[in-house]
Amino acid sequence: MAIEVNGKTFETDEEGYLTNINDWEPGVAEAMAKEDDLELTDEHWEIINFLREYYEEYQIAPAVRVLTKAVGKKLGKEKGNSKYLYSLFPYGPGKQACRYAGLPKPTGCI
Amino acid sequence: MSEDIKKFMYVNRRAPYGTIYAWEALEVVLIGAAFDQDVSLAFLDDGVFQLMKGEDTGDVEMKNFSPTYSALGDYDVTKLYVEKESLEERGLTVEDLMPLKYEDEDDDWAEKDSIRLVSRKEMAELMDEQDVLFSF
Amino acid sequence: MSILHTVNKSPFEKMSLDSCIDHVKGESAVLLYEDGVYAALKGTGAAEKLASVMETTKVYMLGPDVKARGLAADKLLEGVEVVDYAGFVDLAAEYDKVLAWV
Repeated sequence: MAIEVNGKTFETDEEGYLTNINDWEPGVAEAMAKEDDLELTDEHWEIINFLREYYEEYQIAPAVRVLTKAVGKKLGKEKGNSKYLYSLFPYGPGKQACRYAGLPKPTGCI
Repeated sequence: MSEDIKKFMYVNRRAPYGTIYAWEALEVVLIGAAFDQDVSLAFLDDGVFQLMKGEDTGDVEMKNFSPTYSALGDYDVTKLYVEKESLEERGLTVEDLMPLKYEDEDDDWAEKDSIRLVSRKEMAELMDEQDVLFSF
Repeated sequence: MSILHTVNKSPFEKMSLDSCIDHVKGESAVLLYEDGVYAALKGTGAAEKLASVMETTKVYMLGPDVKARGLAADKLLEGVEVVDYAGFVDLAAEYDKVLAWV
């Protein structure tokens, strides 16, 4: 599978996650969001960028409960909770946000 | 947490990059962490090499997963038992390993060491205490 | 006839290095790669055996594998020559035969 962004082709797996995290560019997130009928706001980008930093540091996409805890620590309690994160990413903050960020499916998400 | 918490120990005895065992173990631990059990990791024999400082896989074109051990604390996996004799037999000390930390929720998020150096005898006792042992 | 002996298994887990060393003759060489590079860790029985082989035989190790495993130069036996992938190929071509102690 693959998605097209600005004339470039990005390879994805059968669940829509980028095959190569290094291919990622912001346009990929925007194109994926558009397919889900979602407009990316600064709040979405804050989480997407947070996930990319987390991957850079630990080489894994965090499970949703780990993401929630880590967001709370970094960005404050009002953002480190499921309600806030699900309001941004209704298909599940772990899976959906990781996909937009070009990360693999979260490790430990069941 | 449920009432019947079991003690799970993942036993790591392989070096990190020559075979897939070390990475597979790490993935299983991260997935298994969702089940709220009392989890610990044992590193003995060549398994101690998994925790070496300064691994750089850039030239062998493999994923360097040594930074992932630092995420274990986020997954509430905070007991990494390392066997002293295994280190010594390989010319290593605990100083050659990554300084892995976790934040203790029950102690005002104080930063503590995840690595606990144990003797071979103590490791045997720890294994004896477990409900379930997984070997990699 | 010269032989390039290659060892890619940890000396703490397998007997490959011992078997290799028992079959090495002077004009041959030993190349450590993958988990075989752990044999060069100073202060171990494996490094001691390597050191005695090195009195008559050249020993090499593959740099990218040493780096991947976080083995700093000060932890390794002196006198083991580091080669890169191109150096590995050159060695394989230089010796008459290659024997892999897998």
